[in-house]
Amino acid sequence: MMRAGRFRYVVAKSAAEAAQALADGGGKAMLLAGGTDLVPNMKRRQQMPEIVVSLRQVAELREVAMNGETAIGAGVTLADVVRDPRLRQHGALFRAVAQVATPLIRNTATLGGNLCLDTRCNYYDQNYEWRRAIDFCKKAPGPEAVAIDAVADDGDGTCWVAPSSARCWAVSSTDSAPALIALGARVTLLSSRDGAREIPLEALFHDDGMHYMTKRADEVLTRVRVPHDGVRSTYWKLRRRGAFDFPALGVAAAVRFGTAGVVEHARVVLGAVASKPLLLPESSLLVGRALTDDAIAEFVDATARWAKPLDNTDFLMTWRKQVSKLFLGGVLRELRGDDVQTFPLLARRAATLRNPVW
Amino acid sequence: MRRSPTNNARIALTVNGETKELLFAPNKTLLEVLREDLGLTGTKHGCELGECGACAVLLNGRPVLSCLVLALECDGRQVETIEGLADDARLHPLQEAFADCGAAQCGYCTPGFLVTAKALLDERPNATRGEITEALSGNLCRCTGYIQIFEAVEEAAAKMGAKESK
Ligand SMILES: Cc1cc2nc3c(=O)[nH]c(=O)nc-3n(C[C@H](O)[C@H](O)[C@H](O)COP(=O)(O)OP(=O)(O)OC[C@H]3O[C@@H](n4cnc5c(N)ncnc54)[C@H](O)[C@@H]3O)c2cc1C
Ligand code: SF4
Ligand code: FES
Ligand code: FES
Repeated sequence: MMRAGRFRYVVAKSAAEAAQALADGGGKAMLLAGGTDLVPNMKRRQQMPEIVVSLRQVAELREVAMNGETAIGAGVTLADVVRDPRLRQHGALFRAVAQVATPLIRNTATLGGNLCLDTRCNYYDQNYEWRRAIDFCKKAPGPEAVAIDAVADDGDGTCWVAPSSARCWAVSSTDSAPALIALGARVTLLSSRDGAREIPLEALFHDDGMHYMTKRADEVLTRVRVPHDGVRSTYWKLRRRGAFDFPALGVAAAVRFGTAGVVEHARVVLGAVASKPLLLPESSLLVGRALTDDAIAEFVDATARWAKPLDNTDFLMTWRKQVSKLFLGGVLRELRGDDVQTFPLLARRAATLRNPVW
Repeated sequence: MRRSPTNNARIALTVNGETKELLFAPNKTLLEVLREDLGLTGTKHGCELGECGACAVLLNGRPVLSCLVLALECDGRQVETIEGLADDARLHPLQEAFADCGAAQCGYCTPGFLVTAKALLDERPNATRGEITEALSGNLCRCTGYIQIFEAVEEAAAKMGAKESK
């Protein structure tokens, strides 16, 4: 039986109180939203906050507002994102969130928690005894080191994925982040030191499995803003089981078409292939022309270098690389209006989503 | 801001309509408090990590995984467990249908399926097979192969609908 370690529990009544509690905690405090990532991590001793700051009573984080743009509070549950008819216009967001975990989990899991989801690795997402048997690893180097800081500092331990490497290669596994980055979302971070600041969502992430966010430990993510800029968007997810699983690959795309199908704006993002979601700079290659078969093929070739999966998640690396080409082409074909039913089986499965009711 | 002492947490927990003042270790999950402190062992302890659905309960009417919810987070909320499903000696139509359709074999997954299905039918009395499949996709069963479970939910929905229209 795995039980979470001991901690002090603080209930914040407002986002500002939560920020203050984080500041007071000096790096030993962590926010608890739905707890569907943090609680398992505490049971497995991957994360051991001394202070847990509950966001449950912070009503201001649970609001959705439409005002020429979409503003979603960080505390809105994934179930509510899926249910809200106003959010359906953001196709990629709906597709991504409806495929996160299970309906039971989505009833408690929040959008903010999903964006801040810990990175994943086969050598890390294991119970304490399993990890002790391999003498832990860099990201969670043993109980002494972990106990000192809620999230361990650099340094000790081996990386079992790349033993000669100085960094950790754990994989960004959030489904909503690639979708929201493609949609041009911005997030607000609140701290008691600096007040609120807003950054593009892609700037929230670092390509480093341990320090995977640029957000400081004393900052609360309060809000996500998505522009209404006329894009069409989608998200395709590769996972082991049809019912639920973390992404082994996620591809999000948002495209705005002008007259005669000429692309005016395009953002394509890869998830689950690096320690952060990758906004592909080659997206600009798509702009100024129609999404012809040639344009798509050129884009897929030009972006092949980004999909460099490591051997620390599910499926064979080489196979995942092939699938990423299929998906990159697939999302663009879907957005230009192809009938996804004519796609190869795998792509079809990724593109067709059962109608979620929760 | 309210701080609770390090050793013991005290909350008012409402389970199946009955409110109790409880004193427990603050690091316990709702699942642990239900089973260990309240003796309500109908809710099953499976994977402990959110992957199986055996621990599902209703929190303010919505099915959630009690192994991932800290009991402290349930202060002032309504918890409904499998023990609250029957109306005194009368089984809930879902319970009857599960028995009739052979939707339970070893039975370990059954309480989780029942409460999850109850929440679905409360909200969508005429749920389609697709909606049932989707709603139950976080509940795993190693015995039945699921078909009997889906059939049982459909049968219960039909019975409940028939009763209502009388
Ligand atoms: C079986 C299982 C399957 C899963 N499958 C998927 C999947 O397919 N795809 C996927 O993306 N995820 C998946 N998850 C992970 C998780 O359920 C989701 O990512 C969920 O959205 C996390 O949200 P939460 O509110 O529960 O986060 P919490 O666990 O409460 O928090 C997660 C992290 O974010 C921080 N945090 C939370 N809120 C804020 C905030 N407002 N500001 C700053 N930091 C914050 C916390 O401190 C913590 O570090 C799965 C989990 C399980 C157990
Ligand atoms: S990539 Fe290396 S350091 Fe990071 S979690 Fe995996 S084994 Fe540990
Ligand atoms: S015990 Fe909670 S999901 Fe398995
Ligand atoms: S009846 Fe045995 S696990 Fe479902």
